[in-house]
Parts: sequence; C-alpha cells; structure tokens
Amino acid sequence: MLRPFELCEPASVAEASELLLRHGEAARIYAGGTELILAMKEGLIHYDYLVNVKTVPGLAGVRLDADGSLRIGAATPHRVLERDPSVSERFPAIARMEADVANVRVREVGTLGGNLCFAEPHADPGALLQVFDATVRLERKGGARTIPLERLFVGPFETCLEGDELLTEIVVPPLAPRSAAVYLKFGFLERPSVGVGVAVTLADGHVADARIAVGSVGPVPRRMRDAEARLQDRPVADSEAALAEAGRIAARASDAITDLHGSAEYKEHLVGVLLRRAFQAALAAVAGSERR
Amino acid sequence: MNAIPMSVTVNGEAHALTVPPHETLIECLRDRLGLLGVKKSCDVQVCGACTVLVDDRPVSACTVLAFEARGKHVRTIEGLAHGDDLHPVQEAFVEHGALQCGFCTPGMIMATVALLAENPSPTADEVKHYMRGNICRCTGYKRIVEAILAASERLATGPRTTDGG
Ligand SMILES: Cc1cc2nc3c(=O)[nH]c(=O)nc-3n(C[C@H](O)[C@H](O)[C@H](O)COP(=O)(O)OP(=O)(O)OC[C@H]3O[C@@H](n4cnc5c(N)ncnc54)[C@H](O)[C@@H]3O)c2cc1C
Ligand code: FES
Ligand code: FES
Repeated sequence: MLRPFELCEPASVAEASELLLRHGEAARIYAGGTELILAMKEGLIHYDYLVNVKTVPGLAGVRLDADGSLRIGAATPHRVLERDPSVSERFPAIARMEADVANVRVREVGTLGGNLCFAEPHADPGALLQVFDATVRLERKGGARTIPLERLFVGPFETCLEGDELLTEIVVPPLAPRSAAVYLKFGFLERPSVGVGVAVTLADGHVADARIAVGSVGPVPRRMRDAEARLQDRPVADSEAALAEAGRIAARASDAITDLHGSAEYKEHLVGVLLRRAFQAALAAVAGSERR
Repeated sequence: MNAIPMSVTVNGEAHALTVPPHETLIECLRDRLGLLGVKKSCDVQVCGACTVLVDDRPVSACTVLAFEARGKHVRTIEGLAHGDDLHPVQEAFVEHGALQCGFCTPGMIMATVALLAENPSPTADEVKHYMRGNICRCTGYKRIVEAILAASERLATGPRTTDGG
C-alpha cells in the first residue's frame, strides 16, 4: 500500500526546482513513476511531496536539430522513442534498444529521463547512449549545465544531480558518415545481466573510430577507452585478435559484480562475447548501408 | 494530502471522481467502480494481469496512479462485450482454449486489443514480443499466440470494422 503524499504540478522547470529546494529530502521528482511508485509501494522509500514533471510544458518529445542531433526531452516515454520515425531512421540502434526495454506497459509510461536518473545499474539506455557521446542538460532555478552522460552516473542509484536540479534534455549527436552503432544485451530476469554498446566508423578499410560502452555489469555504465584503443586504426580485415583482446580488457574494466543476474566471471565472459558480436554486427551494418 | 478532482470515461461511461494522489488505478477501478475483471497478481509491473487501456495504451493498473487517467478514456475487460455478444478477441480466446484458470486472461485480452489496434496483422514473433510482459502460469502460451493470430484475421475480415468498442 502506498502511504499518502502530496502531488505538486509545477508549470515550469524553475517552479519544479523551487519545490525541490523548499521541501528538500521530503520531495522527489515523479515522471512515469514506474520505479518510484514501486519503491514507495514496497515501503523502501517515502516522500511527502511528488513533483510531477510530465505537466511541465516542453519536457516531453523528440526532435532532430539542424546539425542532425537528436534532442530528447527527459519526460519522453520509451515507447515514443521506439516508434518515432526520426529515431528509427537516423538512430536505428536507439529505436531497437528502446523496443527491448522492459515490457510494453513499462515502456508506455516510463521515461528516458526517469531511467537515467534512477541510475539502476541493470538498465540499457545509459550504456548505448554513451557510444554516441550523448550529453545531458541539467537545470535548476537560475542555472543550467550540460555534461557528458558518462558523468551523470556516480554509483548504483546515484547521480551527480544536485537536490534542486532536474534532467531536462538528452542530446545525441549523429555518428560520422560510414558509421554504425549496435547494442546487444543478455539476461534471464526482467532486467539485463549484461549490455554492450558499440559504434564504429570506417575509413579506407580501417577502423577510424571505435567506441565501446558496457552496462549492467558493474555499478555504473561506462565507456571502455582502453578496449577502444585496441581497435582504433586497425585494418578491418585483421580485427579478430584485437577484438578478443578488447573483449578481455573491457571485461576486466567493467567492475563486474556478482548478484542475482549472474556471477562476476559469467558477466565478464558475456562482455567479451557480446562485444565481438556487436562489433561484427556494426561492421556488417556499415557494409550493408553502403550496398544500398 | 491533496484530493484531485477528475473526470474520466470508463468503458464509455463518464465519471466525476475525487481521488487522493496515492490511489492506484487498480484501486480506483476495482474498489470505487466495482470493475473486478481487473486482476492484481505480481503488483510490480511484471505479470500483466492488471493490464487496462488508458487512451488505448496498455498500462499496469497496479502501479499507475489513478489521477493519471484524468480527462482520459479507460477500457477494461468489462467494456469489450456488447451484452452476450463477445468481442472478436474474446471469441478467439474461447475458441482456441487460450485459458485455463483465467486469471491472466483479462490482461491478455486487453493487451491483445492494444496490439491489434496498433498492428492489425502481427507475425507470431511480433505477438510474442508485444506480449512478453503478460505472464500465464497455465497454458504454455501456444494457444494464446494462436488465438491472437486468429483474432487478427477475424478483425480484418469479420463483420465488425472497429475493435468492437
Ligand atoms: C518490470 C520492469 C522491467 C524493466 N526492465 C528494464 C530493462 O530491461 N531495461 C531498462 O533499461 N530498464 C528497465 N526497467 C526500468 C524502466 O526503464 C524505468 O522504470 C523507467 O524508464 C523509469 O522511468 P520513470 O519515468 O517511470 O521514472 P520514475 O519512476 O518517475 O523516476 C525514477 C527516478 O528518477 C527521478 N527522475 C525522473 N525524472 C527525472 C528528471 N527529469 N530529473 C530528475 N530526476 C528525475 C525520480 O525522482 C526517481 O528517483 C524496468 C522497469 C520495470 C518496472
Ligand atoms: S499485477 Fe500489475 S503487472 Fe502484475
Ligand atoms: S490461464 Fe491461468 S494464468 Fe493464464
């Protein structure tokens, strides 16, 4: 049973921020509520005030910028990202990842901003969006900052958001020409045990850019820059050995945790397997788009 | 605690209600409106027994708050049949024996109605993907998938041109 709370419906980000400041620890942002209400029903947490961000104008929706960046309002539900034509045409890996988050009911209601701000380690978007070098816009009354998504995650269920700050927008820059991104995950419970995102850019038969991010395995989703360096500038035809090495490095760097979703060893193994498959699928996707 | 006045249409009928913010949609539908076809099982958005449609979108009534339905149309299993005249999805479930204990069935059927409104001719794989969050402990799913595919054909060719609502 839920304990009673007060619902606040601010008309602007500034007003929402002011409510958070005024009520301090007693208040929390409420978006889809798919995480928050569950935790409150369980009695794990309680807030006297929930601040609804869905009624703040302009916080939900997706649009493409003139430079090709995807701008996603924090209160945009997963289902919108799964089905929006500009996402599936320009950022197919994101649309596919979104279509496999949770189940359709959670995707209809749960938002991307809520997913990122909850910072549950077993989640998908935080890993994939990092290979796009996504940034997030954090706003409070009288100020705003934009930081790399990578820096939002501080630990399990912990972000760098200040008490009166809201996540308002996620900005995803387009990949360079001759690039593709792929996200693969594996799990046997509701949420993923392991998720690996890869983006590759090709030039003259070489890997001009390789980006790798691993999620769900350790406390926070992370870019794997040492592993990326193994693949950088390699001839595509001769990437097999480098790929295995990159897999080992990423597995070690992922800070795998033993939990209900599997042992650390098991997850490290899966990081290598999914990294190889994702990389090869990304190469095939670039080749495929050039044949068309 | 603030009370929230709201108007909501449930199965075609308009209601003016006042709900506290912490009232869940399932409490509102079952306890206030007596719609006992809405089932609660897992209570954590995993099983789908509580699936109802809010403006045609499937949601977990166990966790969505009631006030979120303000100004919207809610449909439950009770809103599908016209008297003894079953909805084509209900008919398909009966004909294909797609239920045993029946506890998951209202949610299965509501999710199917949402799926077919969005994708009138799904493949078996699309059906399985969409229905992933609706769990049945009895049937083993085979007959459920068959019933959904049959319902899709029935809706495409049958006498009713709408989804029955
Ligand atoms: C059964 C189930 C299965 C799931 N499976 C997956 C899965 O496979 N992969 C996956 O990635 N995720 C999964 N999830 C998580 C799901 O994606 C999240 O529940 C959802 O996206 C959270 O969004 P919300 O809008 O409901 O957040 P809420 O519950 O409303 O909020 C979550 C937290 O974020 C804070 N918050 C929300 N919005 C903002 C904002 N704009 N600014 C600052 N703080 C904010 C809230 O204060 C709260 O602390 C699953 C969840 C469930 C229940
Ligand atoms: S009771 Fe709501 S999803 Fe199981
Ligand atoms: S018929 Fe018993 S749970 Fe599905």
